[in-house]
Amino acid sequence: MFEPHISVQNLNIAYGERQVLKDITVDIPRNRITAIIGPSGCGKSTLLKSMNRLIELADGVKISGKVLVDGVNVFDKGIDVTDLRKKMGLIAQTPNPLPMSIYDNVAYGPRIHGTNDKNNLDKRVEQCLQAAGLWDEVKDRLKDPASRLSAGQQQRLCLARALAIKPEVLLCDEPTSALDPISSQCIEEQLIKLSKNYTIVFVTHILRQARRLADHVIFLYLGELVEQGPAEKVFSKPDNPRTKAYIEGVFG
Amino acid sequence: MNKRKVEESFFKMLMLLSTGLVVGGLLVVFAIVILKGAPALSLSMLTQTPKGGYYLGKEGGILNAIIGSIYVAGGATAIGLLLSLAIVLYIHGYGERSRISSFTRLSLDVLWGVPSIVYGVFLFTMMLALRARASLLFGIITVTLFELPIITRAIDEVMKMVPAKLKEASYSLGSTRFETVRHVMTRQALPGILTAVLLAFGRGIGDAASVLFTAGYTDSIPRSLFDPVATLPLAIFFQLGTPIPEVQQRAYASGIILLFIVLLLSVTSRLATRKLMKYVIK
Amino acid sequence: MNRQIEDALAHKLSLLATIFGSLIVFWMAFVLLQKSTPILSTHPLSELLLSSSWHPLLGEFGFYPFIAGTLWVTGLAMILAVPVCLLTAIYLAEYAPKKVRAIIKPLVDLLAGIPSVVYGLWGVLFIVPLIRFYVAPSLGVDTTGYSVLAGGVVLAIMVSPIIISVSEEVFRTVPLETIEASYALGATKWETVKHVVIRKTLPGLIAAIILGFSRAFGETLAVLMVVGNVAKAPSSLFDPAYPLPALIANNYGEMMSIPLYDSALLLAALILLVVVVFFNILARMVLVRLERRSM
Repeated sequence: MFEPHISVQNLNIAYGERQVLKDITVDIPRNRITAIIGPSGCGKSTLLKSMNRLIELADGVKISGKVLVDGVNVFDKGIDVTDLRKKMGLIAQTPNPLPMSIYDNVAYGPRIHGTNDKNNLDKRVEQCLQAAGLWDEVKDRLKDPASRLSAGQQQRLCLARALAIKPEVLLCDEPTSALDPISSQCIEEQLIKLSKNYTIVFVTHILRQARRLADHVIFLYLGELVEQGPAEKVFSKPDNPRTKAYIEGVFG
Repeated sequence: MNKRKVEESFFKMLMLLSTGLVVGGLLVVFAIVILKGAPALSLSMLTQTPKGGYYLGKEGGILNAIIGSIYVAGGATAIGLLLSLAIVLYIHGYGERSRISSFTRLSLDVLWGVPSIVYGVFLFTMMLALRARASLLFGIITVTLFELPIITRAIDEVMKMVPAKLKEASYSLGSTRFETVRHVMTRQALPGILTAVLLAFGRGIGDAASVLFTAGYTDSIPRSLFDPVATLPLAIFFQLGTPIPEVQQRAYASGIILLFIVLLLSVTSRLATRKLMKYVIK
Repeated sequence: MNRQIEDALAHKLSLLATIFGSLIVFWMAFVLLQKSTPILSTHPLSELLLSSSWHPLLGEFGFYPFIAGTLWVTGLAMILAVPVCLLTAIYLAEYAPKKVRAIIKPLVDLLAGIPSVVYGLWGVLFIVPLIRFYVAPSLGVDTTGYSVLAGGVVLAIMVSPIIISVSEEVFRTVPLETIEASYALGATKWETVKHVVIRKTLPGLIAAIILGFSRAFGETLAVLMVVGNVAKAPSSLFDPAYPLPALIANNYGEMMSIPLYDSALLLAALILLVVVVFFNILARMVLVRLERRSM
């Protein structure tokens, strides 16, 4: 079908006694937008965060199965998790700026990974803020604390920050759920522009957003994979009756 | 990447070293005091007051100091608690946004770190002005004032954490402000209050500088508020100051007794807090 | 009793208690100031603070040795305690497995409850001989062991619990999302701590350190027992010192017989009060200012 950028195979994740993901096998296509949809609490965020192993930070989490990125299992012993995360940018549900200036927020990633030359950093910061659609609004106040931005601006800052580490994948966990409609639209436009060069995986419980953005869809329900496939197919002629019911708003 | 890993490992090692140092320090303190003091520890130390030549090595014990300390710290903590509760009652029940509340909070916060010797000197000055002698009464007063900021701040912090919805629920049932604080908030804050009390009691019983001038010292157990009273820290200090080894050893043993009391308080506070937590709303 | 009357009574009484509580510090300052005026009016402040001549019988009251002694001992204690405590707090908050933390935290709290006289006892039994017979000889120095070093070490251990527990709590206030954001960018745990956690908690850490300093500054008995009490400004770690609290504690008995002596000692107490209050207010201001800036 297609050569997946990320391939999840038989992934099982449990928090203590609670099984959150059951035997998930999905493929994520390269340089496309993939939406993970499903009602709240069905493991969508967990699936997303397992791709950059952020899920390991939670207490008492048990993981089994594989997540292959370009054919390499991220859970392998020899894998340097900080390198892996460099390949994946994550944008969280509520904007989470670091306690620094706007400039430093974007520069944090590159600095950590060794870029210290001021010129390079300046260029990188500007590029990323442009790509996130925030440059014009902040170019005169790069040294201001990031906390002074509005929620919509902060989320775009988080997008710029994620882009700054030159990832191949952008993971977005309900990136607009905390934002007003105008800011949401802004983020969505940026994601569409970026999808030419990045593999984007985003979680949403807003079906209309998925319809607007997705090339590829994964439907999770109660921790299980119900269906995955190209967006037109899943939205107009889904194979699984449960998918049909969810899309028509019967539940969720 | 290697440089980053090396840096992390280096600091991790420093961290473990530091933690080890702290824990080790605690254990060393306990070990030395117990080892040196155990030989002189006996039942008579606990049950007798100093007899005739106690300070020259003859019989007796430090019951005077044990009871004395309990009187002083107990009295002080009780009065301190009452005052603190009253202050917190005002701040949280009647004057939440008033200037008096924030002023008092600031004032007590500022007082919080003041060394106990300053309290001792201050009260001593008052005693001179009143031509009063060192006694249990003034010992209690001094320690009360010393403990007051500690207890008040601790209870205030716990009260601050009581969720607003609890207060709302109480008021919407028609309670007065007094009833809300007294029955609802205090219940919710009870574990914290208990911890605060035991903590303050521990500090009060272990402090020497506050009672040095104000409580006096005596070999007997006080029979009235106006008698001088012995306290454990001073007992230790004075016994240590003699040139006679047996008496010095008794100082170490007294140290064990004081340590034991503090340990008991700590453990009790933990157990009691756990038991009281069952009514607390998270 | 009628509920409304009970409420009104509670209101009045609690207000009284609150007013009383708020005035204590002023009352204290007033009394100490008043009692200090005799010596302040007969001796210039510069002489009192800077002169090393302490001969009460001759009417000379130079506090410099005691101020210096206090600063040496407290300074040493902070230098020893702060790095160790911060590292320990970071370990407990970010690195330690749950079980380890569950054991060590109560231990640290226990350390906080040990009375100062017990620390003094331990200092006399362990630290002083250690310095006298091991540390100093190995450096070729001759000392009785009763020294700034002894005082500093004992104080350092005494203030550690408060610095550790306040710092640790402050570290745990950093929201998980902020920490996740750093990890998601590929930072290691230590980098996250170094660049994000500490940055965000800096005001709280400074407050913790100032708190520890305050505590060390005013500590009386433990230091008195190990520091030598010689009225001369120390010039090395192995010299004895005579911090201000020790000065007051040792001489209250003689206060009465020598003129101006009581006033001098009360001035010492006033200095203690002023310094501690100053640092307390400083800590608050630091917190407010930094909070506003870094956000």
